[in-house]
Amino acid sequence: MAAIIQTENLTRRYGRQVAVDGLTLEINEREIFGFLGPNGAGKTTTILMLLGLTEPTSGSARVLGYDPTRDPLEIKRQVGYLPENVGFYDDLTGRENLRFMAELNRLPEARITEKIEEALRTVGLNGEGDKLVGAYSRGMRQRLGIAELLIKDPKLLILDEPTLGLDPDGTNKMLDLIHALSRDRGITVMLSSHQLEQVQRICTRVGIMIKGKLVAVGTIEELAKRKLGEGGGMNLEEIYMRYFKEA
Amino acid sequence: MWTICKKELADHFSSTRFLILFCLILMVALVSTYMVATNIRQVLEGVSKPSNVFLLLFTTEGKFFSLVQFIAFFGPLLGIIMGFDAINRERQHRTLAKLVSQPIFRDAVINGKFLAGVITVSIALVSMMLLLTGMGLITVGVVPGWEEIGRLFVYLIVSIAYVSFWLGLAILFSILFRSLATSALAAVALWIFFSFFMGFASDLVADALSPVRNPRDPEEVVANQRVSDAASLVSPAVLYSKATSTILDPYRRSRGSVMIVGLLEKLSMERFQSPLPLDQSILVVWPYLTLLAALTLICFGLSYVIFMRQEIRSV
Repeated sequence: MAAIIQTENLTRRYGRQVAVDGLTLEINEREIFGFLGPNGAGKTTTILMLLGLTEPTSGSARVLGYDPTRDPLEIKRQVGYLPENVGFYDDLTGRENLRFMAELNRLPEARITEKIEEALRTVGLNGEGDKLVGAYSRGMRQRLGIAELLIKDPKLLILDEPTLGLDPDGTNKMLDLIHALSRDRGITVMLSSHQLEQVQRICTRVGIMIKGKLVAVGTIEELAKRKLGEGGGMNLEEIYMRYFKEA
Repeated sequence: MWTICKKELADHFSSTRFLILFCLILMVALVSTYMVATNIRQVLEGVSKPSNVFLLLFTTEGKFFSLVQFIAFFGPLLGIIMGFDAINRERQHRTLAKLVSQPIFRDAVINGKFLAGVITVSIALVSMMLLLTGMGLITVGVVPGWEEIGRLFVYLIVSIAYVSFWLGLAILFSILFRSLATSALAAVALWIFFSFFMGFASDLVADALSPVRNPRDPEEVVANQRVSDAASLVSPAVLYSKATSTILDPYRRSRGSVMIVGLLEKLSMERFQSPLPLDQSILVVWPYLTLLAALTLICFGLSYVIFMRQEIRSV
């Protein structure tokens, strides 16, 4: 198993405040990695550094073998990033939004239509492609966001709070979709969230970040053993609360 | 960059605000030029061998203003309207983070937007000029010479550059301010200051730097006026109107203050003066043109630097 994301003492300061403090992390191929932590723990800052959108104050990172500060374009070409609360051009249809993204990614003209249809089918929006995005429900918007990422055939998906604000049905569809992408296409997924049950449902490994520090990494079983002891159950919420109180 | 430019172009031409503004400008331009044209035809009846009549169509004041003054006044608004929400609209709709995480250079975003704005402005101004020229041909019945066409062409280029300055400024504000209303207001405030209050401001500066103690002393008055003129050159609006009025008027030989002359006087004065060739006119205002270009570049350069360093956080 090769490491897709590797960071070494990654640190980012804003003035005197430390947003990310010496993060050392490895995410392997075909994993679904859950990145947990309360709001303001530094999850989004970490993600922005991995994509080269923010420069680290110190430390280094490698994504798909590239250095984000020196080769951001190569990373952006192969990594699909879904920002928290992603926005669309509401006066364009779903298909037109996808086409714009495809053109920005310089897909050859001949393949664009085919790619758009395939992406819409995968996320289950093929019936709604010609509606204006302004009329989409929140769940549909999030799925369209995933479709935009699929257009570039990503090796890695970085999803920031993909299920935030969705109703239970929308949340389930979203989680199933992420799971299917990982299983069927072998895409590595890193998702940040603070909704623990969902993470527990699909993630193979989790990392808990509190106040800029990564306090724990491992599979849920490993963390459960460490914190709750043998036979203490496997509830991620309990594990998380223990870490949270200690920090 | 071309992809973004293409999308922005489509946005501009389908946006209601651009259509409204363009229709407004076109309508006023047509009406005022038509009035001027009929006026010119009447005056011309008693004049033998007039020259450069066609340019008068654009520089003569009708009831309220000449076309050139009108464009100098409303052109900036066109630029502001197209640029004031360029970046912060993307921020507000949360599309900016998505845009910059695509495999494009970050500057492609502002380059594309700026280019799309310039293309839109060019199309608008050129089509308006062509319409007006056509109307002038029909109503006045005078065919412009090559020299006049050349002058109009240079005028167009300078006008496009001038509107681009305001577009660049508006884009800069759209990067600096997160709120759409703030950036629009800031740009409009600057526009109003430069177009209306620059005269007062430059007088103030002149009075402070070289006060006129004795109004009868010509040297003091001249010195005061010089400082005032120099101070007003800070304003791109002044630069532009001085530059274009010289370009469109072959009889103007200096960049000095404007004399107000009526249409008939102008035509009769022509007998005693010979017009400057186009290249000499351009030479006269060359410093203004360079300054205008420099201001545009500074604006754009500043936007560039700020945008490249800005944090791309949604919210």
